[in-house]
Parts: sequence; structure tokens; C-alpha cells
Amino acid sequence: MLELQSYQTILLEGAWLTVQVALLSLLLAIFLGLLGALAKLSHSTILKGIATLYTTAIRGIPDLILMLLIFFGGQMLVNDLSYRLNGWLNEVAMHFIPTHQWSAFLPDYIDISPYFAGIITIGFIFGAYMAETFRGAIMSVEKGQLEAATAYGMNRYKIFTRVMFPQMMRHALPGIGNNWLVLLKTTALVSIIGLQDMVKIAGDAAGSTQKPFTFYLAVAFIYLFFTSVSTTFLKWAERKYTIRTR
Amino acid sequence: MTIPTLSIRNLHKSFANHEVLKGIDLDAHKGDVISILGASGSGKSTLLRCVNLLETPTSGDIWVNGELIQMKQDKKRGAIPVSSKQVERIRSRLAMVFQGFNLWSHMTVIENVIEAPVHVLAVPKKEAIAKAEAILQRVGLYEKKDYFPGQLSGGQQQRVAIARALAVEPDVMLFDEPTSALDPELVGEVLNVMHGLADEGRTMLVVTHEMSFARDVSSKVLFLHQGLVEEEGKPEIVFKNPSSERFKKFISSVY
Repeated sequence: MLELQSYQTILLEGAWLTVQVALLSLLLAIFLGLLGALAKLSHSTILKGIATLYTTAIRGIPDLILMLLIFFGGQMLVNDLSYRLNGWLNEVAMHFIPTHQWSAFLPDYIDISPYFAGIITIGFIFGAYMAETFRGAIMSVEKGQLEAATAYGMNRYKIFTRVMFPQMMRHALPGIGNNWLVLLKTTALVSIIGLQDMVKIAGDAAGSTQKPFTFYLAVAFIYLFFTSVSTTFLKWAERKYTIRTR
Repeated sequence: MTIPTLSIRNLHKSFANHEVLKGIDLDAHKGDVISILGASGSGKSTLLRCVNLLETPTSGDIWVNGELIQMKQDKKRGAIPVSSKQVERIRSRLAMVFQGFNLWSHMTVIENVIEAPVHVLAVPKKEAIAKAEAILQRVGLYEKKDYFPGQLSGGQQQRVAIARALAVEPDVMLFDEPTSALDPELVGEVLNVMHGLADEGRTMLVVTHEMSFARDVSSKVLFLHQGLVEEEGKPEIVFKNPSSERFKKFISSVY
């Protein structure tokens, strides 16, 4: 147990990082999920197509592969773009100023931090699951509820914020809760791309102390603690959004 | 002649290839209570829903207080309103009471009643609450103001829906079969409230199957058949001497 104590601070820092990555990913996922759901329910064939492509691709590819694809692929894409843009800007500059010397307008090499790559990847993945959750929730709102809002002169924004959103939330919460628990656990994957989250720290500590069981068990308990707190909160939220009847 | 509160001219409405309304004219002056009767499928609910553009008319004109609802032709969607702002403003002047109540189930009774005044008409919340409480007193539901709709009986819910409509001080109240979803013993309490509204001079358009209401309370009766006005006039005249054979049959079958 002595090993665990000496790693306590750094392990807790890793745990904090895990929470940050998870919460920010959740925000992104909810945002993308709402967009995806609205696109799927829209009348536009193009929007529908994009949303369907998004959810189909994400749900059909393992999270780990997606993580690696977005981290390395994204890195390459950003650098390639920056390289091309630099070349183009220089050409323009040469055209106007013949004496222009080649210079890097944009950084030659942009390093995507594992922190943001992790958040973007996880948010992107779970946005697809959220889209399905929200789509179902939106469809389960009674038509009459929205019709009444329309009939009393609400505009589309008001109808969404005053009636649609609070009503869909009660249908969406169980789904959001499930997605959140899975999302929280998926953050363990960001250790692969080098983020110093608690899984990575536990792995490093396990390596240097030769006590893998101790450290991974500690991490397991921290995850269990997070998920238990979440479950309690979700139960409270579900009660809040339940509609009272006789 | 004063300007009618509501005026409809040559209103047509088709769903796909089925023409539900085939040219309806209607004028409602301040204080008129117009009962719209007809068998199911006659287009009476569609007519009411066209008035506040819950259904978009295929063609025809609607004036509210002398203001024409501007429509234009869209290649894909057919007739559509020119300005959604105008439509929203006009809707906020026409309060609707639905067959299925459609109270917002996540809000309490009082929240339902103040919702449109506060969030559409921008009435200060305190003022709206005071007024809503007075209206709820009037429909006999002040004690239930903090209940949720799901905790009330159908008759009580419909009275709350009427209170919600009154709260916006509408120019015209639109009733879409307000008692059709109620158990027979609850119909009376809703009709009583509506009778009271008629007596105080509210302008009302009532789609209904309640012959007693049409005969005793309304100032005018409109009988629709297959999307056209088959019979219209003062109730004491049309019920006694219907000029249309169909309306005669209709009233004898309903009684």
C-alpha cells in the first residue's frame, strides 16, 4: 500500500483530468447529438444524409480505432492543411511583392494535444449515440403539446426551449445516463494517445513498482466512485423531469 | 358596418388530392358565438385549424381585425405565409381550446395559464400571475393552481385550458370540440363555463356536437357538409325551419 500512497497525489490529478475530459466530451456529445437528431428529423435530404452517415460510421467502428484515426489522422490533416495554406499564401505574396522571401505564415508543424484530441474524439463518438437518444426523445413528445405552443403564438425557438426541450428531456434522460456511464469509461482510452489521465499514471506506476494489481484496482475503484455518484445524480434528475400524474 | 373581428373568404384546403374545404365564407363580429356543426369528415375542425394557421389554407383569405394574413405561393410547399412574425402575432390574438386539452404537462396549472402572457405577450410575471389567479377563481380551479394537469380530471383540465385561453385576452376564442373527449358527467361543467363566456360577449368559434349549446347559446349556426356551408343562420330559425334536408336529418339523428 506504501506505493499507492506515494503515487496518491499524481493519481488524483489524473483522476481530475479524467473528469475534465469526460465532462467536456459530454458537452460536445450533447451538442453534436442535438444537431444530429434535428438533422435526422429535418426535411432536408442532405442534412439527413450527413447525419445518417455520421451515426452509421461511428456506431460501426470500434472506439479505439476511431480514437487513433482522429488523433493521427487529424494531426496529419491539420499539418497538411497548414502546409498547403502556407504555400498558397507565399505564392500570393510573391505575386504582389517580387522580392518576397518564402516564410511560414502558419506554424510548420501544429501539435494537437492529446487532451483536446481526446475530448474531440470522445465527444464525436458519443455525439452519434446521443443523436439516436435525442431523436427518439423528440419523436416521443406529443404532437398536441407543440401544437398548443404554436397556437399561442410561440416562435420556433420558444417552442423548442419552453416545451420541446423540457418534455424531451424526460424521455432522453435514461439514454443520456447510459451514454454518460459508457463515455466515462471510454475515457480510459485516451491514455493510449499519451494523455496523463489516471489510467496512464496507474500504468506507469504499475511498471515502475511491479504492483499492477494495486494500481489498477485503485483506478477501478475511482471509476466505480465516479459512476456511483453519476447514477445518484441521474436518479435525482429523472425524478425532477418526471411528470406528475394522479 | 364595423369591421368583422374575423373574416374568411373563399377558403380552400386540400390534403394531397383530397379537397376538405371547398370555398368557405365566414364573418364573426365582436360578441358573435358561432357554432360550427357537421358530421365527421365535413371539414369543421380543419376550418377552425385554418383560422390560426395550424393548417395552411390552400387558397383563400383570412382577415383578423381587418388585417389580412399575407400568403404566397412556394414551388415546393404550395401556399405559405409571407411572414412568420405576422402569423405568430395573429395567433397570439386567437386562443384555441383543443379537444384533447393539450395543457403543457410539465407545467403546473398556474404556469400553463401565465405561459403565453409572459413568454409571448411579454406581460410582467407578477401581473400575469395576479390575473391568472383571478381567471382560475372564475373557472373554479384556484385551489388547483399548483397541481399538474395529469393530476386533474378531464373536465378540470379543459377548464384550465379555457383559463389559459382567457389569459391572453383573445379577440376570438377557437373551440375545437371542447367536450368530445370528456366523460358525459364532466361535459356540463365545461359547457357552463363556455355559456358564461358567451354571456359576457366573447367572440367565439365553436366546433361542437353539443346541439343544446348550438341551439341555446350561439348567435349563429354553421352546418358544413363535404367542405361547403350547407346551412347557416340564427339557431332559432335554422333549428325550427332548416332549409337543407341534410341539416334536418343531421339534427334529428343527433337528438
